[in-house]
Order: sequence, then structure tokens, then C-alpha cells
Amino acid sequence: MMSEEELRHKVVEVLAEEFELDPSKMGPDATLYDDLGLDSLDAVDMVVVLEKTFKMKLTDEEALRSIRTMEDLFQFLLRLKNENES
Amino acid sequence: MPLNRVVITGRGAVSPFGIGVETLLKNIWSGHSAVCTMHEWSRIKGLKSLLAAPVPEFDPKKMLPRTVRRTMGPMALYATLAAQESIKDAALTEEQLVSGMTGVAIGSTTGSPTAYEDFYTRFLPDMVIEQTKSGEFFKMMGHSCAANVCLALGIQGEQWAPASACTSAAQSIGLGYLMIQTGRQEVMLCGGADEVHPSVTGVFDLIRAASIQNNDPQHTPRPFDKNRDGVVCGGGSGILVLENFDTACKRGARIYGEILGFGNVNDSEHIANPHKDSMARAMTNAMQEAGVHPDEIDYVNAHATGTELGDRAEAAAINLAVNSHIPVSSFKGHIGHTLGAAGALELIILLEMLQRQEVIPTLNLVEADPVCEVVNLVSTLKKQNMKTVLKNNFALGGVNAALVIRRIDS
Repeated sequence: MMSEEELRHKVVEVLAEEFELDPSKMGPDATLYDDLGLDSLDAVDMVVVLEKTFKMKLTDEEALRSIRTMEDLFQFLLRLKNENES
Repeated sequence: MPLNRVVITGRGAVSPFGIGVETLLKNIWSGHSAVCTMHEWSRIKGLKSLLAAPVPEFDPKKMLPRTVRRTMGPMALYATLAAQESIKDAALTEEQLVSGMTGVAIGSTTGSPTAYEDFYTRFLPDMVIEQTKSGEFFKMMGHSCAANVCLALGIQGEQWAPASACTSAAQSIGLGYLMIQTGRQEVMLCGGADEVHPSVTGVFDLIRAASIQNNDPQHTPRPFDKNRDGVVCGGGSGILVLENFDTACKRGARIYGEILGFGNVNDSEHIANPHKDSMARAMTNAMQEAGVHPDEIDYVNAHATGTELGDRAEAAAINLAVNSHIPVSSFKGHIGHTLGAAGALELIILLEMLQRQEVIPTLNLVEADPVCEVVNLVSTLKKQNMKTVLKNNFALGGVNAALVIRRIDS
């Protein structure tokens, strides 16, 4: 089973690869749109990549829309993972 | 209202020889062929032609930012790199690009077939749309090349994407010429793009028009040759900067040539078979618009793809439209048929011929088809005084286009 740290590491790894980002700039406080330069199309692709990586559906559109920072994203995924595992 | 004169001030290419106009010209003048055997296509049931002239692989990550690359299939990528080169070559300023008076006309046969394959491979087996990336549609849309070029290079003028298969670039250049003539735009980036894909070669294969000399790729296609056996498809993009003559002169731009006339007709006879009278009509219309007598034409760059029907009809058409002693050659033996890019890549080579005053011969033309010998087929590189030339491009669908180009002596 994947630990929280492993999940955080994996998220940074796959998003850095997908969006050609520098992992060192993807700390918890980094905002997806302003700091990392992602946009609405990237948000669609982010969901595709994360669903494929973690083999779970990211269907809560409202929760997805509220994600601003990397930490928001980590927390969203951890919550989903815990829900799925329970 | 007097019409503006239209000149060509920039050239950009991504060709089967690689990136850049210089690479293309160096290989053409060396008499090289870019055709190779596509061994990986042997897995495709029923495909007999395993030949193509693809753009050699390169890493686009180092050339364009991800944010513009993500919506580009190979053909849009080629078009953007070629457009970048043409802008640099013409020394256009950032101010000109964003002025709204610089536009784009870049066509292709379809959107990216590679993107279509990616999408439908996921979509069709289980009718699933999940896991589709947001950029896919933008690679598949019919104006993918033109839209991506505008986005990547900050061009804010008119955006057009004439889609007519093998005449896409010729029509784009013709359209750009009309735009500048009438004063709607001062500068137009014009041309076309296409990419190698087995489904594209498959179309020609199905109608028995593709070469199947799979074991001898360097000697096919063979335009006008007695032993030709069909088309070899290629990929790439050619972009020309068309400009109002007065503004080009004012800024001291280098002028490669002037576009004097554009013929663009449909034969309305057959969806696939060429039609000599209609081909001749395209050439005659172009010459009439140019105010040029057939005797003034010094060379004809043929569309000639290496099919019996096409080569014979075009030779007969040239014979009808201009004097039979005028030198004629085709570049398809060197770079294959680059479809939507053909008119532009071939025009780039033709402009260089005008600069060097040398005629590039038809590669692989060894023994001329006697039926095609009604025109003066050139099979060796030769010096030739050339001022005014005709450029032909024809397409499935009955489309026949011709441009009259004249060298401007400084």
C-alpha cells in the first residue's frame, strides 16, 4: 500500500513529467495556475494523468475546482485514496 | 482600385531531408532521395506500398514551449518550425506579426492522422472517451496548422486553412496573394503541411496509385519515366512569406520572386482521374492573370507524382498551354509527394533555381515515357536563363492550380 510520502512523491513525479515542470518548484505552497503556469486544458490532462497513475476516478468536479495549491491536490488525493481503501 | 504587387520575401521548410531550407536545398542540389522503406508498415494487412519520405525524427521539446506544443500533431509542429524560419528569413518584426496586417494561410489534407489514430485507438474498441487528453481535438481539426502557427508566433491577422489535399499549399499561396493584392493584409505566411502515416499512403495504395518498389526505395517515385509505378507520400511543411511589394521595398527586404498570376480550377469530370484540359486551363488562367504570353515562360515545375495517368495528362496539358521546348521537371523523385506541403516545399526549391539560374532535373527519370515526351523533360542539372516560370499542383478531387512566378532583378 502506498504511503502518504510515496503518494506525494508520485504526484510530483508524474506532473513534472507531464507538464515539463521543475520538481524543486512543486512544493506544497506552489499554486497550480500562478506558480506552475497550468491552465484549464492542463487541469483536464492532470485528471487524466492522476486517474491513470493511481487507478481511481476523480469525479468530484466541485472539489477539483477548489484545488489551488499542490498541498490542496495532495490532500484531495489522500482523502480519495483513504475513501477507496475503506 | 489598383491591385498591390505581391512578392515573396521569406522561406521556411521542414522537409523529408530534415529541418531548414538549407538542408532541403543542399540535398536537392546533391541529387539525393529522401525515400525509404517503412518496414514497420508490413504489419498492416493489405498495404502493398511500404514506402515513404518522412521527416527525420527530432526532439521538439528543445524548440517550442510545452504550452504551444501540446495541441500540435506532427504536421502543426512542422508548420510552426517552418513559419518561424520564414519569419526570420524575411526579417519580419514582432510589431508586424501582431499588427493585424500579417495573416496566415496554411492548409493540409486533413488534421493530424497520427492524432486521429491515437484518439480512435482508444475510442472505438469500447466507445470510451475517458483518458483522452485535452490537446487531441486541436491536433485533429482541419485548421490545426494555421491555428497553431498563429498561437505559437503571435500572429493576429486573418487566418485561413485551405484544405484540398495535394493543392493545399498552392491554394494557400494563391489565397495569400489575393489577400495582399486587395490590401486586406500586408504580409501573409502561406504554405502547407502534412505528415507520413500508413493511412495516407493507404489511400493511394487502394486506388492502385502508390509505388510498390519496396526493395528499391531510392529509385522511386519516377516521374515521367517509362518504368514508374506510382506515388510515394512524404511529410513536412513549406512556408513562404508573401508581402506587399511596396512595403517590402520600403523596409529593404530581400525579394525571392513576384507572384504574377494564380489559376485555380476544378475539372468537374472525375474525383480521382486527372484531366489535361483542366490542368491546361489552370496554367492558362494563371498566365492570363499575369499578363504573360506562353512564349515568356522559361520553365515549368510539374506536379508529376509518378503515376501513368497523372504524368501523361500533365505532359499533354503543358504541351497545350506553353511551348513544348520549355524545360519541365518534377521534384517528387527527391522528396516524394509531400501532399499538403508539396506546393510550398517545391516553390522554395523553384525560387532557389531562379536565384541560381539552374534547372533541377527530375530524379529517377532515366528512360522517358514516350507519351510524356511531348514536352522537354529535364534529366540532368543544367544552367538556364529563367525569369518567368510556372508552378503546377494538382489534387484528387479534380483540383488544378498553377502559379506564375517571376524573378525580380535587384
